[in-house]
Amino acid sequence: MVIEGRVWKFGDSISTDHIAPGRYFHLRQNLPELAKHVLEDADPEFSKKVKQGDIIVAGENFGLGSSREHAPRIIKLAGVSLIIAKSFARIFYRNAINVGLPVLELNTDEINEGDILKVDLEKGLIEDKSTGKVYNAPPLPAFMLKIIRDGGITEHIKKYSDFNLEIDN
Amino acid sequence: MMTLAEKILSMHVKKGNVKPDEIIIAEVNVAMVQDGTGPLTIMELEKIGMDRVVNPEKTVLFIDHSAPSSRKELSNAHMMMRAFANKTGAVLSEAGEGVCHQRLIEDYVLPGDVVVGADSHTCTSGALSAFATGMGSTDVGLAFALGKTWFKVPQTYKIVLKGTLPEGVYAKDIILYLIGKIGADGATYKALEFSGDIENLKMSDRFTISNMAVEAGAKVGLFPSDLITKEYLFSRGKGDKWIELYPDKDAQYEKTIEIDLNKLEPHVSFPHTVDNTRVIKDAEGVELNQVYIGTCTNGRLEDLRIAAKILKGKKIKKGLRLIVVPASREVYLNALREGLIEIFVKSGGLVLAPGCGPCVGVHEGVLGDGEKCLSTQNRNFKGRMGNPKGEIYLSSPATAAASAIVGKITDPRNFL
Repeated sequence: MVIEGRVWKFGDSISTDHIAPGRYFHLRQNLPELAKHVLEDADPEFSKKVKQGDIIVAGENFGLGSSREHAPRIIKLAGVSLIIAKSFARIFYRNAINVGLPVLELNTDEINEGDILKVDLEKGLIEDKSTGKVYNAPPLPAFMLKIIRDGGITEHIKKYSDFNLEIDN
Repeated sequence: MMTLAEKILSMHVKKGNVKPDEIIIAEVNVAMVQDGTGPLTIMELEKIGMDRVVNPEKTVLFIDHSAPSSRKELSNAHMMMRAFANKTGAVLSEAGEGVCHQRLIEDYVLPGDVVVGADSHTCTSGALSAFATGMGSTDVGLAFALGKTWFKVPQTYKIVLKGTLPEGVYAKDIILYLIGKIGADGATYKALEFSGDIENLKMSDRFTISNMAVEAGAKVGLFPSDLITKEYLFSRGKGDKWIELYPDKDAQYEKTIEIDLNKLEPHVSFPHTVDNTRVIKDAEGVELNQVYIGTCTNGRLEDLRIAAKILKGKKIKKGLRLIVVPASREVYLNALREGLIEIFVKSGGLVLAPGCGPCVGVHEGVLGDGEKCLSTQNRNFKGRMGNPKGEIYLSSPATAAASAIVGKITDPRNFL
């Protein structure tokens, strides 16, 4: 899987309250409406600016806070194809994989807002076409790539009627 | 040579004896969603024709985040949850029954269980020596339908508590101090295992500590199942369900952190991150508009007793709002019987129905622009209480009660 897109840059500690604020709790059953407020408390204009295929690049502990799966869902629904961050909060990370939104961990200091990245997801290879720099992120484990290729965990289970992750314990 | 996390997970896999970083499929004993996450669970399960539950008595849908509902969209979400429970035989916990995590530890979770909840503070049940962790709606839905889920077995950080807490310093101060020390991502993906002089910590203290494990990024916050756990289960008529659970003496820990309780002081988290902690002397004087005592962190009977002792016979500062929310119906009834509710009301406070209350920013006590709230909740992110222009400070119930009287963040030891 190769992903190419424009970078929107965020800082450290972007919480699920920044991504899907609690005051829009009533929109949780209406994801397209909720997506109009995606990341509103980090960048109020984000949902208007983001285009299909764009990439979010962020700092430490992206997605900390609540378990709300709506957070990665509306990021994906807004068109974002990939999130690269220095680190992720664990529930967000797991939810992102489950909804079929790829995530990679990398020191993102030298990637700038507006850069165009070309990413080979299987290899974790990231090419910044704007600066010419190339980075190697740890690739996702095989079973997570499988979930993403299947289109998320719901589609995975629909396909196999059970977990089919080649796990032996 | 297993930690508590490894030991509990090993009880729930086919082959047994799990190792850190291994990916496993584990059997799930208790699974739950709440009204912010449950509707998505139901929609996903219906999408793939798996709207069923394998273990109805331990599958619970909680109406607690907007309870009772504040708008029609949420009322409709509640209807969807009731219909799902009716159809599948799962348990529906109605508005007014209480916060999911409090209800779980009252009636559903036992030592050694694997518990998954579509709510990040599911780690609260770790105090009962259950491998309890928060996940997304779909993950928990699949646990509803299949009775299992996948885990990466976490590495464990051993947190050794030494000594006894001085007067005026509480379990909340321990966990705020720890998070301030290691940071909001200081234990990401890890299990926290509490040990040392924990025989001094009651179950209510342990619940407060385990509840906030996720605020350091941890997957679980575990206490051993010891005589205090046993006594708790006996008091709830479930003594026969107690099993002893300790880590092995030669268990392997990635890191060990010691905390000297004897020297601990009250702590306050400043906006907008939980790890932005200060000792009370560097926090005093912040003027407050609202004080909130309650939540899955500190809305238990023991917490309300501490707050009531300070507020008894006193009035809160004029112009300040004090909101008190018992964590469950049982807590509410006991607080009524003990006269605690009367103390809160007479002091000028207002008491709301058991549930999450103002903590989640959906209803009940949304902050105005620039307003400051001191809360006993677990999280103070920007926008958390419904307004990104509000400021949230976190403390123990004692610090909250003392501060409500003065109208400013105040050292509770002045009121003992």
